[in-house]
Amino acid sequence: MFLKLALPVLTLIALAASPAAAADPIVIGLITKTETNPFFVKMKEGAASESTKLGAKLLTGAGAKDGDNEGQVTAMENMINAGAKGILITPSDTKAIVPSIQKARKKGVLVIALDTATEPVSAVDALFATNNFDAGLLIGQWAKGAMAGKKPVIATLDLQPGITVGAQRHNGFLQGFGVAKADPNSSDLVTAPQVVCSQDTHGNQAEGQAAMENCLSKNPDINLVYTINEPAAFGAFTAIKAAGKDKQIVIVSVDGGCRGVQGVVDGKIAATSQQYPLKMATMGVEAVVNYAKTGKKASGYVDTGVTLITDRPQAGVASKDSKFGTASCWGKK
Amino acid sequence: MTAAPTAAAPRHSRIIDLLRGAPILGPVAALILACIFFATQTDRFLSGANFSLILQQVMVVGTLAIGQELVILTGGIDLSNGMIMALSSVLTTGLIANSGVHPFLAVVLGLAVCVAFGVLNGWLTTAIGLPPFIVTLGTFNIAYALVRIYTTATITSVPDSLLFFGNTFSIGSTEITYGSILMLVLFAIAWLVLGSTRAGRSVYAVGDNPEAARLAGIRTSRVLVGVYAMAALSYGIAGLLLVARTGVGDPQAGQTGNLDSITAVVLGGTSLLGGRGQIMGALVGALIVGVFRNGLQLMGVGSIYQVLITGILVILAVSVDYLSHRAK
Repeated sequence: MFLKLALPVLTLIALAASPAAAADPIVIGLITKTETNPFFVKMKEGAASESTKLGAKLLTGAGAKDGDNEGQVTAMENMINAGAKGILITPSDTKAIVPSIQKARKKGVLVIALDTATEPVSAVDALFATNNFDAGLLIGQWAKGAMAGKKPVIATLDLQPGITVGAQRHNGFLQGFGVAKADPNSSDLVTAPQVVCSQDTHGNQAEGQAAMENCLSKNPDINLVYTINEPAAFGAFTAIKAAGKDKQIVIVSVDGGCRGVQGVVDGKIAATSQQYPLKMATMGVEAVVNYAKTGKKASGYVDTGVTLITDRPQAGVASKDSKFGTASCWGKK
Repeated sequence: MTAAPTAAAPRHSRIIDLLRGAPILGPVAALILACIFFATQTDRFLSGANFSLILQQVMVVGTLAIGQELVILTGGIDLSNGMIMALSSVLTTGLIANSGVHPFLAVVLGLAVCVAFGVLNGWLTTAIGLPPFIVTLGTFNIAYALVRIYTTATITSVPDSLLFFGNTFSIGSTEITYGSILMLVLFAIAWLVLGSTRAGRSVYAVGDNPEAARLAGIRTSRVLVGVYAMAALSYGIAGLLLVARTGVGDPQAGQTGNLDSITAVVLGGTSLLGGRGQIMGALVGALIVGVFRNGLQLMGVGSIYQVLITGILVILAVSVDYLSHRAK
């Protein structure tokens, strides 16, 4: 009975798997934080099409959930066993992954971090990522222009403690707004007297909404909201609209996903810093193929760029409109 | 007996009988089948190095599953095991790195905290009579919070002595991790104790029918507290293996340990109703998950399909258990 049922299951997998290529292609491993986040889906798409173009074989893996270090370690070991020349990884736990990366590099595997830096940054051969501090800086500078003449009362909807990306965006925003000075690499949040409410959202829409509701009941005069990402921004907007304050509160965010840019079009998000997962993945695949062919390893930090998307440009702050944002966004349109 | 109601029975009773006699046969067959399948799909699967890697990858969840198996055999369930593991591994590495405690003492303290949690689980289940599901859901959250109260930062300076079980020795050209040997030894010990000691037989008796066990003179409360304590000790050892494997004390670890270990136990043919199952089944179950994960990755199939397959296999395994039980 068990066997009878097991056979069709196995046949199913055999059909799902791609047939083995005749020659020995260059094997590249891509390990993302999760399988489902549109940002990583886009990254995977980029890596897959670039691998096909260059005739390499892409293996993908992910943790079971955000923060699952052991799942990423397991995927990395399996990929190295499958003959991967290089591993592209968005580390879920920026410190915990380091010993396993060191083991991989000792075996001659090129390891490149995408999107998120390891701690220390030097644990990998190279880092292809958005400068998250700059992403925050841009929306901060924009908000300073947009809020000119008003007394700012700020809420920040943050990620969670101890994650560098969250701190860099938050600190960049406050520095860009001109109310705080911060170390661009710190994983500790800075604050300012103008900030009346700071809450963690884990980058999640439901938590973003709850956080905004709490902030508004703490201080109904809030007129500027920084959000860690666009899902958190949409959650905040829901809460703000329910409170009838959507005309007087400005929301800024980071990501530039297609849903987020649509939020800019709809007037829910005033400005967002767009980042480019496709570019990170494409560059990563190229770097591994190049290493396999020439033995030359990519090194150092490469900024994959960030663009401020808004339909209300401010003097002195470079930005593009939502039309540009829609054309270059990631995720489902 | 008329012919009509029994007419259909002989058709599957042979397999059902076989499985009832040795419920581990199904899982073993599935494991072998999976290995044959992957060997035909990718030439990198069938090697000593790859099998050693799979063993190393299941050593943490396998060791968790030893404790989970004991608890499930008594008709209980332990949702707290992954967090107890995380607590002990963070505490042990943290005491060494941040407080300068001697590694040996830190390990003993970490294991002691685990056993204390196990005793708490067992005591709440027996003395107050709360369902194990609720008790261990509570202690899961308590341990989760304690980990984060103790530290939110990953502990990265781990002494070499704690990394021993992540080191390897060679047989021929195959490198084998000491930790996977430790897991196999623990399984062997649990198998011996369950199979040929009075204590082991009481575990089955309590799970099969606690009232009958009590009438037969078994002190069921004592057995249950002992089972939860021993189970928690295995979680502590799993924590040490996790530290050795990843090289860090990770406060984010262990959150899916409960479901992963229950999956291994169920895939191994153990009944969630208690009293029926073999400890080696949990090892086979853990290996099935490990083989699928490794094999699919080598084939280049996305890891989401591994989750899909695991889900299908769990339902299959439980169906087999249910059908063979009903056939009685």
